[in-house]
Amino acid sequence: MISFVHPALLFFLAAALVPFLKGKARAALLIGMPAIAFISLMFIPEGNHGVFNIGGFEVVFGRVDKMSRVFGYVFTLMGSIGMVYALHVKQNGQHIAALIYAGGALGSVFAGDLIVLFVFWEVMAFSSVFLIWYGGEKSAGPGKRYLLVHTFGGVCLLGGIVLFGAETGSFAFNAIPAAGWGGWLILLGFLVNAGAPPLHAWLPDAYPEGTITGTIFLSSYTTKTAVYVLARGFPGTEILIWVGIIMALYGVVYAMLENNIRRLLAYHIISQVGFMVTGIGIGTELALNGAVAHAFAHILYKALLMMGMGSVIYMTGIRKGTELGGLIKTMPLTFGLFMIGGFSISGVPFLSGFISKSMVISGAAAAHNAYAALLLTLAASGTFLSTTLKLPYAVFLGEDKGIKASDPPKNMLIGMGLAAFVCILLGVMPSLLYNQLPFPVDYHPYTAEHLLGAFQILLVTLVGFLLFLYKLHPEDTISVDTDWLYRKAAPGFMWFANKPIARYEGFITEVYKKGLIEPVKKLSRIGWTVDTWVFDGLVNASGWATLLESKIAEMFDIHIIDGTVNGVPALLGGSAKRLRKIQTGLIQNYILAMVVGVVVLGLASFILFA
Amino acid sequence: MSTEEKTESKEGQAKKLQRMKILYAVIGLMVVLDIFAPRHHPYFFWDKIPGFSSLFGFISCLILIFFSKGIGHAFLMKRKDYYND
Repeated sequence: MISFVHPALLFFLAAALVPFLKGKARAALLIGMPAIAFISLMFIPEGNHGVFNIGGFEVVFGRVDKMSRVFGYVFTLMGSIGMVYALHVKQNGQHIAALIYAGGALGSVFAGDLIVLFVFWEVMAFSSVFLIWYGGEKSAGPGKRYLLVHTFGGVCLLGGIVLFGAETGSFAFNAIPAAGWGGWLILLGFLVNAGAPPLHAWLPDAYPEGTITGTIFLSSYTTKTAVYVLARGFPGTEILIWVGIIMALYGVVYAMLENNIRRLLAYHIISQVGFMVTGIGIGTELALNGAVAHAFAHILYKALLMMGMGSVIYMTGIRKGTELGGLIKTMPLTFGLFMIGGFSISGVPFLSGFISKSMVISGAAAAHNAYAALLLTLAASGTFLSTTLKLPYAVFLGEDKGIKASDPPKNMLIGMGLAAFVCILLGVMPSLLYNQLPFPVDYHPYTAEHLLGAFQILLVTLVGFLLFLYKLHPEDTISVDTDWLYRKAAPGFMWFANKPIARYEGFITEVYKKGLIEPVKKLSRIGWTVDTWVFDGLVNASGWATLLESKIAEMFDIHIIDGTVNGVPALLGGSAKRLRKIQTGLIQNYILAMVVGVVVLGLASFILFA
Repeated sequence: MSTEEKTESKEGQAKKLQRMKILYAVIGLMVVLDIFAPRHHPYFFWDKIPGFSSLFGFISCLILIFFSKGIGHAFLMKRKDYYND
């Protein structure tokens, strides 16, 4: 009898079946398969499952212990809830991408060795990008940048794995010393996905441009998989304490300035992941438990917040705080559910954030790290200030701009309701979560001391908000972040690099003459193509394990280049808009073939080895 | 200040003042209760100071508002078509 079915396999299977089902059967598949995966996780005994010998290397697909199981639980639970919220979406491609992406995250979490981890790591990157690209015309650029940064992170990780394997003679994925090229490169690869500054800009750049429902999955999996691998690979690595503190504060500061409602939440992902990374850096059992618990709670309340703001965008079509206001009258249920998420992320007692965030801060205090304890408390105040006070004030309260709207479709409300329910459940019954944590828990969140401390912080922050409300109105600006380097500086550099080439290319010279704006757009696009080639060269040079990935990357290249080259006559003849349409059209068409390819490969490998 | 706040009625302002007073009173109560709350794990000297959370929280809030907006207006915030894409 089969004792172990890999949860990732269930997700991949669901992805393969989506195109063949309709209506209720499809709904049952989308919600049911993650639920089956959740239940199956409850019965899988601890130990290494799915162990194969490939070319002399032992690879482990299913390492099940408390640490991987708790992440498995929240990933599968979020899969179901996210799918409820996404049920109304008719594009199968979105569901397929989301399922493969979640499967990649589960595959990474249960990977017992670094090679399997890398494979699923890349599955995540290449499937998730479609959740961004489906977001419409404007998402093409952010999606490409997202993919480039993750390709860079993937190359770092692979290089690190190869060097680490050469240094130690083993690819087993356990605690990795942050020493030598191998260890540092692996850490760097992990930190790219965690969204650690200065390598974080892909996150607030791309997430807000994703589809309404895709962003829910995006904000759940990539960064939290990174938290898992950091907790597994680098617990107690001191540098992570400061990396985490910087993340916690960086995200809060940028969120204060942000006008795009989903980008504001995206910056708070960085901030919240900072709490987890700090806990991992401290590395005591309490702090690690806190980090894992916070990841669990965070996935659910952040999804709820993203669902709330996603609903606002879905119903109004408006993304900016400055243009919203007074929606409490037309979207009261959305407001109420959003506030549950807001109070959770702020650490209001009896909600999920309180039982996990206080654990991280207590972990820092118990390790006598005063900086971490105080600076994380400061960040917590900022979280309440911008997510739970400033944002809903601008969107739901504040000046009524008379926007016509109503609460979103039922399935979206139910999705939010389920997430809100879990937020409350965990807050009221923390033992449900504590019993699943990797180490035995001797921590009591509900003491008079903790409660009074939490309420004081929250109330004085509320006072600060009310006193300085006039400073906190959203402003219609964008904030430059480290992506400035590759969005402004790099295209400028590429412009000079391309100029000599361009002289010999008659048709591009024609484009130059057409004015100022079009040539700049064109050239930055060529810049990206060159970038892709450079990265591709790196990937190709990195050995057998990237063969699959480079093939896919190559297809992207052919596709993007073809799109660009074919687009030139169109640009000359028509407008840039037409070109864009052709490009995104091609990308979307291509998805199905690629996605099916990945699914077939995944299934084939499982069937072959099982 | 926005025009909306300037034109606000006296009644509204009185209501706001009332609300702030209640808020201050609740915080005061918390601080008083904090004097009697047992400390299980006083890791730092400030863990024993009643009302420390209130003070630290308020300072945090002010730092965040003024630092963020300050650095934002000085360096980070650009017009919305800055990247032109």
